[in-house]
Amino acid sequence: MSAGAGDAIALRLDTASAAPWGRPLLQTISMALSPGTVLALAGPNGAGKSSLLQLIAGDIPLAGGRLELNGKPLRAWSHTERAQQIAYLPQMSLLNFPYTVREVALLGRIPHNSGAARDTRFAEQAMRATDTLTLGERLYTRLSGGEKQRTQLARVFAQIEDERSLAGKVLLLDEPTSALDLAHQEQILSAVHALADRGCAVILVIHDLNLAARVADQLLVLDAGRQIALGTPSDVLTVELLRAVFHVDVTLFHGAPGGVPVIMPNDRARA
Amino acid sequence: MLPPALLAGLSSGAVAIAPDEVLNALRNATGPAADQVSLIINQIRMPRVLLAAVMGATLAISGAATQGLFRNPLADPSLIGVTAGASLGAALVIVTGGAMLSGFAGLTLVSAGAFVGGVVAVLLVYRLATSANGTSVATMLLAGIAITALAGAIGSLLEFFADNDMLRRISLWKMGGLDGASYPRLVLAAAVGLVLWLALPRYAKALNALLLGESEARHLGIPVARVKIGIITLVAVGVGTSVALVGTIAFVGLVVPHIVRMLAGPDHRFLLPASALAGALLLVVADIFARVLVAPTELPVGVITAIIGVPFFISLLRNRHHYGMQA
Repeated sequence: MSAGAGDAIALRLDTASAAPWGRPLLQTISMALSPGTVLALAGPNGAGKSSLLQLIAGDIPLAGGRLELNGKPLRAWSHTERAQQIAYLPQMSLLNFPYTVREVALLGRIPHNSGAARDTRFAEQAMRATDTLTLGERLYTRLSGGEKQRTQLARVFAQIEDERSLAGKVLLLDEPTSALDLAHQEQILSAVHALADRGCAVILVIHDLNLAARVADQLLVLDAGRQIALGTPSDVLTVELLRAVFHVDVTLFHGAPGGVPVIMPNDRARA
Repeated sequence: MLPPALLAGLSSGAVAIAPDEVLNALRNATGPAADQVSLIINQIRMPRVLLAAVMGATLAISGAATQGLFRNPLADPSLIGVTAGASLGAALVIVTGGAMLSGFAGLTLVSAGAFVGGVVAVLLVYRLATSANGTSVATMLLAGIAITALAGAIGSLLEFFADNDMLRRISLWKMGGLDGASYPRLVLAAAVGLVLWLALPRYAKALNALLLGESEARHLGIPVARVKIGIITLVAVGVGTSVALVGTIAFVGLVVPHIVRMLAGPDHRFLLPASALAGALLLVVADIFARVLVAPTELPVGVITAIIGVPFFISLLRNRHHYGMQA
């Protein structure tokens, strides 16, 4: 199941579209994601960012085009095989049973038949990366919003974890830092980068464009279910594109470390 | 705790028998010394106490699985229509088949009606909640409430036309009772119970994942649609059988998994078998109270479980934040 040397593409979408409720949600999305790449999805509310993650996770069916995981159509993977390759953090969680934080993290190991000792080790590794190890015995239902989000992150990190290279695995994160303070936001993003360095392909939705630009190798901009732009953040983020997609006038400041421009909306109140 | 409770169940009743005499009688069950004590123990109390244990375990494990499947700690097997459908089935047989209603055969006919009613109600609820996009658990709860109301209305209509004798039979049957216990019934209950106790724990991992949410469970590799059908079928057969054999026994399926979850957390690998044991214990004890409180007659055991269960349930509702439950 590892990506062969010939086709090192973890995830490939070719004019993919989806229309789970009749109306098209996504149209002609095309991209190829290599192992170790971090792709950020950007676009206004309702542009189809979460829908794209759901399409890749298999929650909504493909209506047209192709969707391949490691060279094989997503539909051809069994439930378990797919869960061994793709981990998905949804925007919100409905969990209202009093699991401990450790139990939630261990749930991520369900698709793997890797034995209790290894499961515990991977879960603890994930809890360390999300700063939830000290919360281990606390009840999930009594955590704060940010602590819950870190616990769910620990669960998907534990699911993606492996002893071997993570090439061929795909991590889908829908607004993983929306409830986090600055320190934890930075910790999570560097943990995501550590996973990417080991070969894991990552797709995340982050609303803060500056943060997205700093984190991602590639940026995919969506509007009304259509793919508007795909490329490196500094290529994609232009004043014209931001005006066309977000209807906001911005100024770009260059010279920040990393070579990525910093976006600053022109203040309407004082303009 | 279960063996002493079983022993207490055997020794108490209208004729009190000391525990050591019970053990004695058990040892001489097949011997020639088939005296009165041995007769009471082996022919009357033994099937009854064991039936209580088996039904308690079946109801409690079904409740634990239903609560997990519906991701609702307040869910009960009766929510998917089993109990109401079974009650209607039994009432139908009692009212229409009045003439045949004599002796042992009549009793089994009522049971068969209850079983069929329960399973039909679940199938109906399941169909209502299933669309091209899968089965919605929330819709199933609502459909269950609708079917329960409908079955209740038809049941009331039947009672309106029933004569006094039928009415008494229906209401006695509704209250639930273990007084009809016999070895054939015990064998049937144990066979169904065994299937449930062996099959439901296989879903423990799936239920653990389902508590996160249905799509989350799917992302963890759980074949959610198959799991749902499997659990609903098992619960329908289990609860249908129990309603058919001992009538509706309230709150065992609701309260027992709650207690276990409070003590040991929501992990179904432990919750399912522990609920079965605790359910057996609760129903055996409730049955002892049912037999002793107003001896020589007895109370319906469903009344006892409700009397124990309702105050407990209310205190759970009021104090749920103490153990991290948000319902």
